Amino acid sequence: MSVIRVLVGTRKGAFILTGDGSRKQWEVSGPHFAGWEIYHLKGSPADPNRLYASQSSGWFGQMIQRSSDGGKTWEAVGKDFKYEGTPGTHKWYDGTQHPWEFKRIWHLEPSLTNPDSVYAGAEDAALFHSKDGGGSWEELPGLRSAKGHLWQPGAGGMGLHTILLDPANPKRIFVAISAAGVFRTDDGGTTWQPINRGLKSAFELPDPDAEVGHCVHRIALHRSRPGVLFMQKHWDVMRSDNAGESWHEVSGNLPSDFGFPIDVHAHEPDTIYVVPIKSDSEHFPPDGKLRVYRSRTGGNEWEALTKGLPQKDCYVNVLRDAMAVDSLEPCGLYFGTTGGQVYASADSGESWNAIVRDLPAVLSVEVQTLP
Amino acid sequence: MSTMRVALPYHLRTLAQVAGEVRLEVGGPVTLGAVLDALESRYPVLRGTIRDPLTLQRRLLVRFFACKEDFSNETPDVKLPEAVANGVEPLLIVGAIAGG
Repeated sequence: MSVIRVLVGTRKGAFILTGDGSRKQWEVSGPHFAGWEIYHLKGSPADPNRLYASQSSGWFGQMIQRSSDGGKTWEAVGKDFKYEGTPGTHKWYDGTQHPWEFKRIWHLEPSLTNPDSVYAGAEDAALFHSKDGGGSWEELPGLRSAKGHLWQPGAGGMGLHTILLDPANPKRIFVAISAAGVFRTDDGGTTWQPINRGLKSAFELPDPDAEVGHCVHRIALHRSRPGVLFMQKHWDVMRSDNAGESWHEVSGNLPSDFGFPIDVHAHEPDTIYVVPIKSDSEHFPPDGKLRVYRSRTGGNEWEALTKGLPQKDCYVNVLRDAMAVDSLEPCGLYFGTTGGQVYASADSGESWNAIVRDLPAVLSVEVQTLP
Repeated sequence: MSTMRVALPYHLRTLAQVAGEVRLEVGGPVTLGAVLDALESRYPVLRGTIRDPLTLQRRLLVRFFACKEDFSNETPDVKLPEAVANGVEPLLIVGAIAGG
């Protein structure tokens, strides 16, 4: 029977939740790196026992941890994230130019084929790559050449939070950056272009149709159809059918189109999930009801999934990296909340149970489906 | 060569996999910078956790105390007190108080 491993990053450590294919019984391991912020941890698709974790602290800075045994043991690896060449400047809060300064790694994305190859998304926004299992890191500086001088941090920081590796084209990578937008390379990371046409940010930008500056919260794709992208923007749920060349809104009948995560069903490329949040001023679910919304039509038509989720007095948030799917049949979904719950569904979202309820605030959730 | 003592905060003891104080041999004058160099040389995992690995500037929320004095804003070439240099007193490396 398959094994499911849920990798949970929290404000105060990492937790590994392991269940069998029934997805009813779970063992909780952790906290790993107790007391540290774990923005993200993720396993290699090429070697599921190879895990990478971003461990950081306001006091002691950035660490990268690597495991070769599925998270039983860890070793600290390289943590020198040096911007290539003269770092240059980006737009600061007061409109002046400000030097790029490394703060932390928000997201780690292992290669689809090589467990020693891993990408790291940084704040201040930049993309780094390691070819030696995290031992050393090199920036892909062409990304910041894509109008980086115009990128301006929002209140949450200017982090590169999403890295999508195209399974059909190893030269193509999509990244998303808070308060900058979505960018794509078609040459393995040397050159990049902004792909934000169709996004509208009337309340966030002086020019709602600006080429960069949009606060993209998350993008997702289905590996069978990597030219179709889905996006949860600050406000608006968006879709692109041409690898980001243009976007159109698919918010439809959502009770709020503000939110953070978005993900795609493992077996149905047009089935997508979001968690509506009331607004950018009130980061909790509308009406105190925690509802996952599912569209089986690739957007526009949405249904609330509520069975097993709190439907009153619920004021948690679900952050951008805190939702994932497994690849069992039926597809399993998982998400974590700022209240420390990790909810799981073994039936494509029809019903939910909390695997754990009292973790520190959850920053990220990833899932591995192991044979 | 002086043998001196360094007390690390909990999270750095965990990273370095040490219990209690660290004892270090420091050649030459026992300056703040020399002690940090010796510490990072013996425990490479600590490089970057106390001071920036490139600029060697103290991280903002790390403090250096010794003999009831605050050395946090001293330059790396400041000599530490004799009691620290000869191991009677430890150099305290402290995570700044969080407040709240």
